[in-house]
Amino acid sequence: MIKKLFAAVLLVFMTVMLYQLYSNITEKSELSGVSRGYAERGASELGTQNIVTSIVVTYRGLDTLGEVSVLFIAATGVAVLLRRRKEDEPAVTAAKRQSSEILQTGTRLLTPIIIMFGVYIFINGHLSPGGGFQGGAVIASAVLLLFLSDINYKINHGLFNVIESFSGVFYVLIGILGLLLFGVNNFLDNRILPLGEFGTILSAGAIPVIYSLVGLKVGTELASIIDNMKKD
Amino acid sequence: MELQHGIIILMGLAMILSAILAMVVKDLISSVVAVGVVSLFASIIYLLLQAPDVAMTEAAIGAGLSTLIFLYALHKTKDAEEEND
Repeated sequence: MIKKLFAAVLLVFMTVMLYQLYSNITEKSELSGVSRGYAERGASELGTQNIVTSIVVTYRGLDTLGEVSVLFIAATGVAVLLRRRKEDEPAVTAAKRQSSEILQTGTRLLTPIIIMFGVYIFINGHLSPGGGFQGGAVIASAVLLLFLSDINYKINHGLFNVIESFSGVFYVLIGILGLLLFGVNNFLDNRILPLGEFGTILSAGAIPVIYSLVGLKVGTELASIIDNMKKD
Repeated sequence: MELQHGIIILMGLAMILSAILAMVVKDLISSVVAVGVVSLFASIIYLLLQAPDVAMTEAAIGAGLSTLIFLYALHKTKDAEEEND
């Protein structure tokens, strides 16, 4: 009884709070402050067609480093917690059911296409919506599909760890290169490479390189998390 | 424009409905799927509100990966339950 009363009071409280927020929203007809600066300067200064990318990768590159670190720590935490338990108690290899024929055939057909789409997303990060994180997540979902279709499927841990570490290190190195070449406010500056022609795939300086590194890192990290989760 | 508002409101209602469903349903697997559906509708709303970058992240991580991680976790806890019986 008292539990339900408490829940109801909490609900009313939340409603009041959210209504306060909602009633204060006014639709803005134009950009203001820093967002206007980003929108106006992004295309001409950095040569990116997608403004979100120019903000995520260059203007707020340091925040992206934080984001990458959070994901890295999460993946490491999962690996440490779940791998140790696996070593303690030997894996029980119970007879598992094979996945269905439809799933197996569908996976064989779709996996290359999904991986290609993921790569497309992060290579075109400066031109179209999406980027390293989204592309990486799509690649990880392809690996997930492989796990689902074949219960004995194993990923190459050594290779995945090497890819993950190298892309992380190169990401930070490119970031520091920006600091060295353009001054203290320019962590992760894409102008270390020529900007190229606006709207083509090899444009926007180092952004395709940076996003490929981020995509590989995120993809391998999420795939390792899934792999650790899956193991018994 | 009006049609789009209607669609967004419908999606929002569907989100609330599947969220309630996730709590009410007895079967845990259905519950996890309902949570995934909430993310899926959220990603469509993001797309309609002109935020394709966020929509992609939500669809891939919210609807795809996290749902499956929940399913794996559920599978593991079920195994443990059977061992205890």
